[in-house]
Amino acid sequence: MIELEAQDLGIGYAGKRLVEKLNFTVHSGDYLCILGENGSGKTTLMKTILGLKAPICGSLEFGEGLKASEIGYLPQQADLQRDFPASVEEVVRSGCLGRMKLRPFYSRAEKALADERMKELGITALRRRCYRDLSGGQQQRVLLARAMVATTRMLLLDEPVTGLDPEVTKELYRDIEMLNKDQGITVITISHDVEEALKYATHVLYIGGRLFFGARDEYLRHIGGEAAREPENAAEGGHAE
Amino acid sequence: MNLFETIAYYFTFPFVRYAMIAGVFIALSASLLGVTLVLKRFSFIGDGLSHVAFGAMCIASILKFTNNIPFVLLITILTAVLILWGGKKVRIKGDAMIAMISVASLAIGYLLINLFKPNNPNLSADVCSTLFGSTSILTLSVGDVILCGVLSGVVVLVFIFFYHKLFAITFDENFAQATGTKVRLYNLFLAIIIAVIIVLAMNLVGSLLISALIVFPALSAMRVFKTFKSVTVCSAALGVFSAASGILVSIVAGTPVGSTIVVANLLVFFLFMIVGLFAGRGRA
Repeated sequence: MIELEAQDLGIGYAGKRLVEKLNFTVHSGDYLCILGENGSGKTTLMKTILGLKAPICGSLEFGEGLKASEIGYLPQQADLQRDFPASVEEVVRSGCLGRMKLRPFYSRAEKALADERMKELGITALRRRCYRDLSGGQQQRVLLARAMVATTRMLLLDEPVTGLDPEVTKELYRDIEMLNKDQGITVITISHDVEEALKYATHVLYIGGRLFFGARDEYLRHIGGEAAREPENAAEGGHAE
Repeated sequence: MNLFETIAYYFTFPFVRYAMIAGVFIALSASLLGVTLVLKRFSFIGDGLSHVAFGAMCIASILKFTNNIPFVLLITILTAVLILWGGKKVRIKGDAMIAMISVASLAIGYLLINLFKPNNPNLSADVCSTLFGSTSILTLSVGDVILCGVLSGVVVLVFIFFYHKLFAITFDENFAQATGTKVRLYNLFLAIIIAVIIVLAMNLVGSLLISALIVFPALSAMRVFKTFKSVTVCSAALGVFSAASGILVSIVAGTPVGSTIVVANLLVFFLFMIVGLFAGRGRA
């Protein structure tokens, strides 16, 4: 079942084109890892998928009536105000809001869902603590819990492990894998950490210099082959189809 | 007469009671919204809009409307929508645009009122009370006071209704929008409510001092409290306390209502700053 399809998509901001001719398809239950150099447009692509930025050209379509309220999103920490007075519980519960339409208060089921996600991520003990007083890793888990509360079909993660120590990183990847495998939630993640990402991803989208989209194994052959060949030849590999 | 007798005596006048009630309601709505505005880095918008309201008030008095408030409200709401909603597309940065709009409205308002009402002996008194609020609680008009009470009651109810949504769009607007909250709609809504509060508060504290009602209680609360809920509740309590005590003092001492309330807010802020530092939680 196709959940997201990009055709000749061009993205950028302020009139500047970052990436053109992006073609990729995400099926329900896929784990897509977006790789690329700093500044190549990974975050811009994610924001375009989220509807926060308009595509410059081409099309980006959601399949099967995927709605914004079925999406969970983990933004980069840098996008948030660090001095905001908010408790962990308040932040995690706010993941429900997209689904609530005009209803003003959380239902019992929504509060229970938030509790469950906090438990899964081991942050229940922090629920009354102030978000800004937490360590980077704890903050990341709070935001992941919020994204998990928000999602029922698709989860988008922008560099989820930035600033985390290796131990926490491993746990976080396991949490995401669990969502993907056990609950069948489609995952799209941006990563710097190629090896770790390849361990869990089913598909890879590389943007920047040369584009690549394909299953993980193809990508492994692609980069294996690329290292052996001249860069020009490698460009013909298995591109952006 | 001792202090309590003086206060009791004044409270036998219905309009003093109305003024107290309206003042408390205005302070309550301003301090509730203040939390969102301060956290969204919009503190200056209150200030800018209040100057726009001053300009609109001048124009309204030239045009000799029987009731100025609807006209002033309309102009202020439109400006608020322009700044908050359309502001992102404009090339001039938000704060610079607000500064521009705010001084321009002040200047145009004062210029027009001087051009068209040259023979008015009360001109400077009129302008002064628009800028700094009524010189005493006795000069507040009963009709305005009732209108203020009713409208700010509505603002409070609306705030409670959209409390969680306001949290979401304040904490992380991108997330809220990406996950299906109608962020633009709520921002528009916020703009309208801010404009309403500004116009209401103009009668009480005057257009130059309105920002104090909006930012002080929230900033004081944030010195000590650390969750959105506790900051909001504390901010509301401080806003009400400062307004009530300011009004009482101004009755007894005969001081201008607006500046007395603002000074009360300032004192509360210093107190909370010290408490915050003492508790090791301050972020000074």
